Amino acid sequence: MKRTAAFRIEKLRSARILLILAAFVFVTQGCVRNPDPVEPEVPVSPPVETRQPAPIPPPAPEEPPPPPPPVIPDNEISSRTLEEINQEAPLEPVFFEYDSSDLDDGARAAIQSNLGRLGENPTWMVTIEGHCDERGTPEYNLALGERRALAVRDHIVSLGLNVDRIRTVSYGKEFPFNAANTNEAHATNRRAHFVVTSQ
Amino acid sequence: MTYSTNRSGHLFCFAMMAAIVCGAHLDAQGVANQAQQRSEVDLIIGGRIGAQPRFAVPDCLALTGDEVTAQAANTIAEVLWNDLEFEREFRMVARDVNNTVPKARGLTDIAFEAWRELGADGVVSCSVSRIGDEEIRVQARLFDVRSLDSAFGVEYTGSIDNIRVYAHQLSDEIHRNQSGLSGVARSRLTFVSDRDSQSALGLVPDRQTKEVYVSDYDGANVRRVTVGRSLNITPTWSPSGRSVAYTSYTSGFQDVVVSHIYEGRQEAPGGGTSRVHNWLPSYSPNGDQIAFTSNRDGNPEIYIMNVDGTELRRLTNHPGIDTSPTWSPLGHQMAFTSDRSGSPQVYVVDVDGTGLRRITFESYCDRPTWSPAPYNEIAYASRTGPGFDIKIVDLATNEVRQVTFGLGSNESPTYSPNGRHLAFSSSRGSGDKQIWLIGRDGRGLQRVTSNGNNEMPNWSR
Repeated sequence: MKRTAAFRIEKLRSARILLILAAFVFVTQGCVRNPDPVEPEVPVSPPVETRQPAPIPPPAPEEPPPPPPPVIPDNEISSRTLEEINQEAPLEPVFFEYDSSDLDDGARAAIQSNLGRLGENPTWMVTIEGHCDERGTPEYNLALGERRALAVRDHIVSLGLNVDRIRTVSYGKEFPFNAANTNEAHATNRRAHFVVTSQ
Repeated sequence: MTYSTNRSGHLFCFAMMAAIVCGAHLDAQGVANQAQQRSEVDLIIGGRIGAQPRFAVPDCLALTGDEVTAQAANTIAEVLWNDLEFEREFRMVARDVNNTVPKARGLTDIAFEAWRELGADGVVSCSVSRIGDEEIRVQARLFDVRSLDSAFGVEYTGSIDNIRVYAHQLSDEIHRNQSGLSGVARSRLTFVSDRDSQSALGLVPDRQTKEVYVSDYDGANVRRVTVGRSLNITPTWSPSGRSVAYTSYTSGFQDVVVSHIYEGRQEAPGGGTSRVHNWLPSYSPNGDQIAFTSNRDGNPEIYIMNVDGTELRRLTNHPGIDTSPTWSPLGHQMAFTSDRSGSPQVYVVDVDGTGLRRITFESYCDRPTWSPAPYNEIAYASRTGPGFDIKIVDLATNEVRQVTFGLGSNESPTYSPNGRHLAFSSSRGSGDKQIWLIGRDGRGLQRVTSNGNNEMPNWSR
């Protein structure tokens, strides 16, 4: 996120430099040639060719590299809405095996990563949603989703996150992330999903 | 409200059926002024030797000449025929022969010979007349086509708002009168539908709401119970039929909510919080208690509370999942789903927590539903392939029989109040989930919903 913003600024800077250069070229060439607006009939390509040998802006390579972009302050985040934050999915989903609420290595890594993000954003509150794939019954899946949410909550709390920052809910199989009936969709839907509910 | 028999229970239901649900007040005047005249002939119409009696429902006579009355007469005859057919207690003469029989000229002036030729043993004759702007009178007689005696006669006067209720009432009375059977024509369903789906409130886009609805047992007269731009699922009727309890997400987590549908009042007796979640409510047979699943001790377990939330106690205690409770007919035992064996299976336990035993030994079973008396069986959804089928286990013999056979996924069975039928959700056909009814013997399959997806049915008591 920071990286993206910085990159954008960097691009802005180089764009500005290019603009200055373009203006320079225009001005110098304008001095050489009389600007004649009544000349649309002239074919485009020959003049370009004649212009080709004309001095190309020399200062570009000599220009010093742009200074490092300024660090975007963290408080930029708080100006965004919760919808925007969640749209960027700052916290990773934790995936599960079929009919299981056990945390495998991938699940633990995702939780560890989320613990880091929550450490960087100490004001965030999250809801951990338990979800299931569509293959079970709607009734049993409510309990399975609850167990998934609780398993993730208990693990992240055991790693040191304050339990008061977490809420849980189980949606069973009612809100699939991918409604297709494929193995891939099922795997996507068997998850504990983190939602930032307060910033 | 006047009614000359001692069947106050019937009347009570009748009043509710005619009422407008979803927070509107009970239209007491609409069904008031009922009167009934009975012929006291104690006559049971029999079939030919060894056969079920065969009944015909001629077109209902419209005694007043207006369109409303004509419409009411059509509706009553059609609904009555369907109701009588549904219980399969009598064989019914198909309605499409009605226009081959000379029209009746009065309630008792019927072409008995013609009906007898068509094989009828009994004929239900019916007339409708309009009284003022808002009321109708319905008269009906059941005749033995051989003796021409009237076995049964009834007259209802009431609102024209819900014509179907007269036919339902008539069907139930005929069943009671002729076979001592508790018909289910006035019973109701509650279910979940996405027919009015909206995007759910919340921070995650592309989520669609589901809401709770109620309808007559045949799917007619649908009324919406919940409004809230969130999920509302797993509804269940209180035994009185005056409330529906369900799992609601309006607070951001799952909690048991009770809607008193004739009063427009709701409560959450389980006291859910962001930490304590309650779901899948199930009323005790006497209506005093609700069993439900909760995470309050860190894991899904089954709890029992009084309907006002007092006297909460825990029924199950196992690190596995315990969920989907259903009460035995007398309220002494509970069946539920547990994955303590490694997969979801149905168990039974006494309500004091003793006497646990495992009932199913299959790949994946859920949503047990205990039948009403006199049957002693549990219906459940069992995985039979990619999807589920409805099965029934007889608790006396442990014998399992299958009711559906792999067309779509068949889930969430619920018994009719007389135990003779099941409602369930099925994705057969188009792949949409719809509510279907089927006899406990696997016969008489019919679909009762078609608008959107409809699932998680529960049949009133």
